[in-house]
Amino acid sequence: MNLYYFASPATFYPLAGKLVPWFALLAAALCAVGLYISFFVAPTDFQQGEGYRIIFIHVPAAWMSMFIYVVMAFWSAIGLAWNTRLSFVMARALAPTGAMFTFVALWTGAFWGKPMWGAWWVWDARLTSELILLFLYVGYMALQAAIDDPRRADRAGALLNLVGVINIPIIYFSVKWWNTLHQGSSVSLTRAPSMAMIMLWGMLIMALAAWMYTIAVSLARARTLILERERQTEWARLQLEGQA
Amino acid sequence: MIRFLITVIRRDVLLAARRRGDWLTAQFFFVMVVSMFPLGIGPEPTMLRLIGPGVVWVAALLACLLSLGRLFADDFRDGSLEQMLLSPYPNSLLALGKALAHWVINGIPLLLIAPVLGIQFGLPAEALLILVLSLAIGTPILSLLGGIGAALTLGLRGGGVLITLLILPLYVPVLIFGAGAVEGAMSGTGSEAHLSLLGAFLVMSLLVAPWISSLALKISVE
Repeated sequence: MNLYYFASPATFYPLAGKLVPWFALLAAALCAVGLYISFFVAPTDFQQGEGYRIIFIHVPAAWMSMFIYVVMAFWSAIGLAWNTRLSFVMARALAPTGAMFTFVALWTGAFWGKPMWGAWWVWDARLTSELILLFLYVGYMALQAAIDDPRRADRAGALLNLVGVINIPIIYFSVKWWNTLHQGSSVSLTRAPSMAMIMLWGMLIMALAAWMYTIAVSLARARTLILERERQTEWARLQLEGQA
Repeated sequence: MIRFLITVIRRDVLLAARRRGDWLTAQFFFVMVVSMFPLGIGPEPTMLRLIGPGVVWVAALLACLLSLGRLFADDFRDGSLEQMLLSPYPNSLLALGKALAHWVINGIPLLLIAPVLGIQFGLPAEALLILVLSLAIGTPILSLLGGIGAALTLGLRGGGVLITLLILPLYVPVLIFGAGAVEGAMSGTGSEAHLSLLGAFLVMSLLVAPWISSLALKISVE
């Protein structure tokens, strides 16, 4: 079985169609378990009270917002290097979900900031760079929407995507480089986490749920993008007629 | 190679000198935007002194974006851009020359106007010096990075607004360190660190931005 077999839109389309329900199911199940842990199992934090529970949404959303941008940059780089149509489709399909997670991270962060810091928003390094990430997503989608020729839209978007990826390490390390209000990371691969084990589990399961959700949604979006672009081909016409 | 670069710069500067209305618009835009702030906020001198550096810097970004739309557009419309891209010299050299010409036409006048506007905001003399210095290092970065946006949005409808969406996020570090240098000089914490970081940005964008712009030009023109 050759992996490149699925690099063609005609073979990828049915594969994605088969995968979407599984990832959606996985996302729903993980989300249910994660929410149960975060609301009923995880204990109340002795410093932050019940308000800390927002991290079960906030941290996974923030992780995904950065991760999706890097994945998009990966597909963009592959697309520019090997001129594969499907990579551009994947990058494009991921963008709205990434923007959504960035917005959720900022929004839930504001909910957390009000009781903990006493302010909805502060111009802290990490908050500002996350806001810039949202602007980068918006710019990418605006550029895609403004160009009619899909070939040019793909390549121009990919280039912008790769330029913007410089921002990701800045967000990630901002709490280390600048000593700011946003707290440092409580989770690390190299040392024991500075939080209760069960809280960590809740957060990781929610992050996995967000990940599976991203895969399901972006595959579904990629399918419609493929159909739109390949509508003049024989197999796409058959697909469309079969659905009608 | 150097001769090609100089020719590109000379051509653009000459064209701008013959059509004075075009580039003067951006300069007056700069002056007007800065003058709106005291009218909107109120003429309180201590407040104005605090916001002065930031206001001048933000207005400089906007004025730069305003003129960027035409960086490649005129040459693209009459077809001369394609001819230039076909020249035997590297395309990044063309993009570098265009960006430098943009800086000579739009950046240097900003440097000359900025101290006058700074005086209106009651900035002390040493802060004015740092303001000009930070703009001198910062505005070439604006032209270089802006070239990427101008190349990507070449010939698109609504390109002027789009370029703002694409490029403003990339201008953020320049704004922070540029305005930060002036504030550092005023508050006594010093501005050397900010200016050095700006210099590092300038070197980085000199190396990378023309290359990316040339790739973007190729995507847009083909």
